[in-house]
Amino acid sequence: MTEMFRDKVDVSLTVNGEPVEARVPAGQHMIDFLRLELGLTGAHASCEHGVCGACTIRVDGDAVRGCLMLAAQADGAEVWTIEGLTDTNAISDLQDAFVARNALQCGYCTPGMLVAAEELLSKGDLPSRAEIREHLSGNYCRCTGYEAIIDAVESVAQGRAGKGKA
Amino acid sequence: MTIPFNNPDRPNSYIGKTVPRPNASKLVQGRGRYVDDIVLPRMLHVAFSRAPVAHAKIGKIDVDEAKAVKGVLRVFTGKDLAEVCTPWVAVLAHLKGLKSPPEHPLAVDRACWVGEPVVAVVATTRAAAEEAASLVMVDYEDLPVVTDTMTALDKDTPVIHPELGDNLAFRRLHEEGDVDAVFETAHKVVSASFRTARHTGVTLEPRSILVDWNPAEGQMTAYHATQAPHMMQTVFAKHLDIPESRVRVICGDVGGSYGIKVHVYPDEVATAAIAKVMGRPIKFIADRLESYTTDIHARDHEIEAKIAVDADGKILAMDVDDWTGIGPYSVYPRTSAIEGNQVVNLCGGPYDFANYRAQTTVVFQNKTPTCQYRAVGHPIAVAITEGLVDMAAAAIGMDPVEIRRRNMYADDAYPVTSPAKMKFEGLSHHASMDKLMEMMDYDALRAGQAEARKKGKYRGIGIASFIELTNPSPFMYGIGGARISAQDGCTVRMDPDGSVVALSGVTEQGQGTEAMLSQVVAEGVGVKPTNVRVITGDTQVTPYGGGTWASRGAGIGGEAALQAAKALRNSILEVAAAMLQADAGKLDIRDGQVVDMDSGEERMPLEELGRIVYFRGDTLPKDLPRELVQTRHFITMEYPFAFTNGVQASYLEVDTDTGVVTLLKHWCIEDCGRVINPQLVDEQIRGGIVQGLGGALYEEIHYDEDGQLLNGSMADYLVPMAAEMPDMQVGHVETPTKESELGAKGAGEAGTAGAPAAVMNAINDALRPLGAQVTEMPFTPERILRALGKIND
Ligand code: FES
Ligand code: FES
Repeated sequence: MTEMFRDKVDVSLTVNGEPVEARVPAGQHMIDFLRLELGLTGAHASCEHGVCGACTIRVDGDAVRGCLMLAAQADGAEVWTIEGLTDTNAISDLQDAFVARNALQCGYCTPGMLVAAEELLSKGDLPSRAEIREHLSGNYCRCTGYEAIIDAVESVAQGRAGKGKA
Repeated sequence: MTIPFNNPDRPNSYIGKTVPRPNASKLVQGRGRYVDDIVLPRMLHVAFSRAPVAHAKIGKIDVDEAKAVKGVLRVFTGKDLAEVCTPWVAVLAHLKGLKSPPEHPLAVDRACWVGEPVVAVVATTRAAAEEAASLVMVDYEDLPVVTDTMTALDKDTPVIHPELGDNLAFRRLHEEGDVDAVFETAHKVVSASFRTARHTGVTLEPRSILVDWNPAEGQMTAYHATQAPHMMQTVFAKHLDIPESRVRVICGDVGGSYGIKVHVYPDEVATAAIAKVMGRPIKFIADRLESYTTDIHARDHEIEAKIAVDADGKILAMDVDDWTGIGPYSVYPRTSAIEGNQVVNLCGGPYDFANYRAQTTVVFQNKTPTCQYRAVGHPIAVAITEGLVDMAAAAIGMDPVEIRRRNMYADDAYPVTSPAKMKFEGLSHHASMDKLMEMMDYDALRAGQAEARKKGKYRGIGIASFIELTNPSPFMYGIGGARISAQDGCTVRMDPDGSVVALSGVTEQGQGTEAMLSQVVAEGVGVKPTNVRVITGDTQVTPYGGGTWASRGAGIGGEAALQAAKALRNSILEVAAAMLQADAGKLDIRDGQVVDMDSGEERMPLEELGRIVYFRGDTLPKDLPRELVQTRHFITMEYPFAFTNGVQASYLEVDTDTGVVTLLKHWCIEDCGRVINPQLVDEQIRGGIVQGLGGALYEEIHYDEDGQLLNGSMADYLVPMAAEMPDMQVGHVETPTKESELGAKGAGEAGTAGAPAAVMNAINDALRPLGAQVTEMPFTPERILRALGKIND
C-alpha cells in the first residue's frame, strides 16, 4: 500500500441526514467511501477523472464529483446521495419526470444527472433549453442523446414555476 | 386468435402504446444493481499488468514486489492460466479464408497490442490489486510494430503472426454485372476517398464481471455485464472445461453496451479462470484507461469508391474498395471480419441498380482489436453510398432529394434482391422520404438556407437514406459454426394471484426490453402490463437465447413472448371454459378477467381461476389440462435478415473562419415495422443518432506509429455532450415483417447508421459554394479548415 492509503484519517460527517463517523484511508475518494464503506451504490464511478459526472453527489448544497473529492475532505460536511434524496422525496417530481419521459436508458448516468439537474432547478429560475443543456454538459449520457433529459428537466422547471405562482 | 393490430380500440391494446418501463423507477432511485454493486463473501479483486508496448516478446516476469503488497494473495502469468484455460480462435466457416491465431486469456509468449493483459494480480481490495499490478516487472523485447492499414500487406511490412503467412485476415470481393464496362461509358463518374475513424463505445459502466466458483457443487456463477449470457455460458464452459449445465451467467443491470459487451474479452475469461483456480469470488471492473485500450474498437476504415450515373441521374454502377485494420486478433466468437463484410453487403442498399463491385480487405495490426459496435458497418456503408449520391447529384446539377427518388426501390417492388444479393422483404424508401420532406419542410428550409447565405452564413442540409439489418437468422453466425443462438424463447406463466411472469432469453441493456416484453405479454394474455413481471438475464432460469445484439430483442424475443402469451391465454381459457361450462372460443381475457367475448361481460377474475387450479385442482375434471406455464421459441426462416429502412436529415451551420460545425436540427424517419412502444423506439433512435453524431464530429482514437494509444481518457476522446447536441424529430412508416405475427423489426441501430452521412452531406452542402468538400471523419474544425484551404501545412 502506498503511504496515501496506509495513513488513516478520522472523519465525522452526515450522509443523507444520518451521522457517520469513520476512519478512512487518506487517499480514498468520496465515491469509493460511499460505495464501499457505506453501501451507497447509487452514485457510480465511470471515468474517475472528473469528466463524466456519473459520481455526482451533493455536498454542502453543491453538486460535487465524488471521484475528485477525498473522503478525508468530508469532515464536517453534509452529504446527500440519490438514496437520501429519494427517501426524503426531495426530487420526486424530477424522478417522476425522468421516468415519464424515458430520460434514462441504462440508468448509469442517472443518479449523477439528477443531482446536477436539481442543482440548476433549485436556483428557482426558469432555465431555457440551452441553459439546461449547458448546465448538464458536465454529465455524460451515452444512451439517450440528451433530448429526453432536457425535456424532463424543462418540464419540472415549468411545473415548479407554475406551483410557485399558484 | 390473431390480434387486429389495425384496430387501436381492441381489448388489451398495449402493443403500439407508450407504456412505462417497469425498471425505470428503480434506476432513478439509485436502486439498480450493476455488477460492481455486488459484494460476495470472501470476494477478491483482480487487476492486470498490461503490455505497455504494441508488439514485444515476453521475457522474464518478476512479481516479487507485487507479491509484497499487503493484501495481495496470488499472481498469475499467461503460462499459469494456459494450464487451466484453452485458447480460442475467432474464425467463422462462412467467412471464407478468415484466419486468426489462438488467443489466450493472458498473453503467453508475445504481447501484440498496448493494453493486452499479461499478468493478473489478485488481492483483497481493488486498490491493492491495482497497486501491485503496477509493480509487476516484465522484460519486453520489442518486435516490429505494424500500425498502418494500407501498407499492412506490403512486402517489406513485418508479418505480425509469421505462422499465418501474411497480415491478411480476410478478403471478400463481390461482383455483380459488368462494372468496368459501365464506368467506361457512363455519362458521369464521380469518385472519392472516405475515411471513418477508430471509435469505441465508451459505456459509462465499464466492463464488469464477478465470477464465483463453488467447487463443492462444481458450479460457476458469473455476474456479468453482458449482452449475451447464454453465449458466455457456452464460452466459459468450453474453455474452462466445465459442463455447460454447470455454468450460470447472471446479467443484472447493465450500464450501457452498444455492442461493446457482446464479445469475449481475455481479461474477463482470465477472471473466470482465476475464480476456478482459487475457489473464491473474483471481481474485475475495468478502469477507464483499460476501457479505452481493451474494449473493442470499430470503424477504422479507408475507402476508395466511385459511382456512375446517366444524364437523368440513374445510378448505373458502384465500385467500392474498403480496407480496415482489426488489431492483432479477430475477436471471439463473432470475429472481426463482419464489419468489412457488412460494408460489402450494405453499400448502395436503398437503390435499384445493376452493376456493383465491392471488396473489403481486413488486415492485422498492433492496435486494440476491433469488432462489432452499434450499427456494425452501416455508418461506413451509408456514408460511402450517400456521399457518392450527393456528389453525383451535384455533378449533374440535380437536387439531392430528386436523385434519390429516381433511384430508390419503388415501395411496391418487394420482394427484391439487391446487387449485393441482400433480400428485402418490404421497405418504404419513398413513403419515408415523402414523410421526411413534410416533417422538415424541405422547401422552406432550402429557402432559409439561401437567405442565410446572403448574410454570409454557410448552412447546409444533408440527406441520408439507409437500410438497416435486423432480426438476424443463423446466417449471421450459426452457419459459420459459432454457438450463438439466432432463436430466442420466452416462458410465460400465471401464478395463483392471476399475475403473469415472463422469462425471456433477450436481455435488458437500458433500451426497454423489459417494457416491450411486458406489453407484448400483457396483450397476448389479456392482463395489464403492470401485472406482468419480466425476468431476463439468467441462464439458469430463462429459455436459451441469443440475448441482445443486431437489433433482435423486439423482433425475435418479442415474437417468442407473444406466442408464449397467446398459448398461456389458450390454456387459461381451456380451464375457464370447464369451470364456467362455456365454449372456450366464446371467452376472452381482458384486464385480468375472463369475459364473454361478445358482450364483454365479466365471468371470473384470473385470481379465482388461479386459486382453483393451484389449490383446489380436485374440483376440476380429471383429464383437464391445467398447464399455466407455456414456452414458445421463435426464429426467422424466410429471410436471413429483416431489413429496415429510413432516411435522416441534418441541418447545420459551418463557421468558415473557425471550422466549427453547429448542429441546428436533425430529423429521422424510420421504418422498423410494427412499433411496439413509440416512446422507447423514438428514444432508441435519438440515442443512436447522437452516437452517430459523435462519430461524425468528435470521436477518433489516435495512435502514434509505435502503436501507443494517445487519447485514452474521457477528456481526450470526445463524445457528444448535452450542449452541442440538437433536438431531433423522429417519425415512422410502418411496414411490418410478415415473418412474424408481431411484425416488429429492429430499431436500435438506425440512428447510428444514418447520422454521420447526413452530417457529412450537410457540411458539404454548406461548403459547396466555396468549392470545398470533406470525407474524412470526424469532421473536426481542422479538417474543415484544411478543406477550405485555410490551413495548408
Ligand atoms: S466518475 Fe467522477 S466524473 Fe466521472
Ligand atoms: S442512460 Fe445510459 S448513460 Fe445515460
